[in-house]
Amino acid sequence: MGFEEVRFEQDSEKALRNKSLQKALVNVTNRFRSARNKASEEVPDWEDLRTSARKIKKETIENLDKYLLILEESVKKAGGKVHWTKDAEEASRIIVGIAREGNVKSVVKSKSMATEEIELNSSFEDAGIKVVETDLGEYIIQLAGEHPSHIIAPAIHKTKEDISKLFSEKLGIPHYDKPEELTKVARERLRSEFLNADMGVSGANFAVAETGTIVVVENEGNARLTTTVPKIHVALVGIEKLIPRYEDLSLFLTVLARSATGQKSSTYVSFITGPKRSTDIDGPEEFHLVLLDNGRSKILASEKTRESLYCIRCGACLNNCPVYRKVGGHSYGWVYSGPIGAIITPQLMGIDKAPELPFASSLCGACHDVCPVKIDFPKVLLELRKNVVESKKGGTRVLERLGIRLWRFTVEHESIYKITNKLSYYFQLPWKGSNGKLNSLPYPFSRWTDQRDFPAVAKKTFRETWKEIKK
Amino acid sequence: MQLNNPKRPLKVYIFITCLVDTFFPEVGESMVKVLKALGVEVDFIEEQTCCGQPAFNSGYQDDARVVAERFLSIFDKTLRDEPGKDTYIVCPSGSCTSMVKVFYEDIFKNSPELLNKVRHISQKTFEFSEFLVTVLNTVDVGAEYSGVITYHDSCHLLRELGIKDGPRELIKSVKGVEFKEMELHDACCGFGGTFSIKFPKVSVSMLDEKIECIINSGAETLVSSDMGCLMNIGGALSRRKIPVKIMHLAELLAKRG
Repeated sequence: MGFEEVRFEQDSEKALRNKSLQKALVNVTNRFRSARNKASEEVPDWEDLRTSARKIKKETIENLDKYLLILEESVKKAGGKVHWTKDAEEASRIIVGIAREGNVKSVVKSKSMATEEIELNSSFEDAGIKVVETDLGEYIIQLAGEHPSHIIAPAIHKTKEDISKLFSEKLGIPHYDKPEELTKVARERLRSEFLNADMGVSGANFAVAETGTIVVVENEGNARLTTTVPKIHVALVGIEKLIPRYEDLSLFLTVLARSATGQKSSTYVSFITGPKRSTDIDGPEEFHLVLLDNGRSKILASEKTRESLYCIRCGACLNNCPVYRKVGGHSYGWVYSGPIGAIITPQLMGIDKAPELPFASSLCGACHDVCPVKIDFPKVLLELRKNVVESKKGGTRVLERLGIRLWRFTVEHESIYKITNKLSYYFQLPWKGSNGKLNSLPYPFSRWTDQRDFPAVAKKTFRETWKEIKK
Repeated sequence: MQLNNPKRPLKVYIFITCLVDTFFPEVGESMVKVLKALGVEVDFIEEQTCCGQPAFNSGYQDDARVVAERFLSIFDKTLRDEPGKDTYIVCPSGSCTSMVKVFYEDIFKNSPELLNKVRHISQKTFEFSEFLVTVLNTVDVGAEYSGVITYHDSCHLLRELGIKDGPRELIKSVKGVEFKEMELHDACCGFGGTFSIKFPKVSVSMLDEKIECIINSGAETLVSSDMGCLMNIGGALSRRKIPVKIMHLAELLAKRG
């Protein structure tokens, strides 16, 4: 992805100017949001389900070392191979290595955020191996040479017209206007890719430690084909995707589907335990589970932000975030966007690479309200803000630091506080407009007054008035 | 309009918040007026300044802690000095109240002695509408105001303190008021403290949506429980010359015919 540094302010302003993106964001997030709300209201004990899901995730993450070893054992027992990878480079190298060993020419992929995270497609391409995304949204993004802008709807930023134009250009077909026609074209193209592929790469929504089962949730059937048709199946799974027991799945599949799309259940849920068995008619001959750390163990080590690893990638926080709904996914600079991106990108990439993200939230808490595992986003964001201030990047915030010093000195002394208010009253007069408010202020307050009036300091503060009214 | 048979006299210490003290003293005055009219003794400790939230939300937790500790010792001492009365701290802001009731727990997590103070203060601290509804057990304070009103849920009041119905009941009980719920009443207005100047364009785009909802509701007056939101929304309304009045809930409840 050629990732250097997140530039949230710059990219968000670009997104705000993009009219068709603005329209698409409203449509899609509203649709997901109302579907989720309806689906959660249908379940009388919804809040209890969220509480249970959080409890299980908490227990799993706090004992991750133990559960990972159990998972490894179970996968091996089922005939699969397990690879432990510490970062993106190692994970890509190992997966490309598996492909080379299997003499793989062509790879099909089902939707996976982890593979986006390690930029697996470019590693395949560098190795001369053809790779095709088979999720419709991902297929569109791959054709456009772009990156997903939503966890579950990667092409959310594209309109029907954009896609029609893209298909016509890249696939050499006439312009089709109807989504059904466009989908039909993609379906036909992809069908032959599935049949020709030597290897299928998937992610996983859950990895069950007890049984070694990889669970993939989807609505298009492409993941089912990806994981069963080619002779090799590789699943790239972040180490936080574990759940301990098979019986936990009913809870997690319920909260995931309802939180993500508002469905009672996703259309396809594939349970994959090892490669094809002798009694099976079809299925891959080899199954590889590639476990990805890539910064996750650093999050695990941080007690105050550890709950970031509870995430099951439903995307509900994005759809409910008033910031995401305006700025879209690409403003967050990396594969994860919205509130979850704001908390995990700085932790996975290093806080110096994304110092703006913990601040890219009004701390309204709408994300916390809908999160199926109740991640306390505001709390984590506040902790990360502290880390930014204490980091090297924080050191450059000279003006802000000075402001905080002054503020602290003022509010620590009632007498100074009173004098400051009095002085501010007179000092503000040149900026006071005819409506009694401050219409333009110097930087950095101009960032407020460019589009909004600022209230004037009162002639008599409350404490002065109090002396009169207390009698 | 009646207190629910208080066994002991009630005394309220105002936690004014630096924002209301400095910019919106009329909100504090209204609050005093409403409480006094309900027979509550009201007092104000002049040493108080700020609860520390601005620094805390900006990542300067050490600075916030010092200021929070100051707040804590002032109010802790005051409440301990008043035996024989039911004393409370009442604040005209959901945000500042949640700082004390929710986030102080985090700030002083590792200091047991201060944490005791936090818990002592927390159970005595109420946001203004919450105090009226849950402690005084009243939704009708005898206010009169003629107009169409809509209500903006401030994020911290709604999500950190879980207060949704109380302010609406209070508004609906004002004689002469027609209440209209707006679309997206619980969506953030884009204020978010320093968020509003760190990312002004994003902040204003959120504000645009909020203002559209306010206008579409047909209300003439917007009421809320936090001056942070109201100065943000009000700042854009006045700049754009949109004739919708903004009013803190306390101001509305202090209106008489």
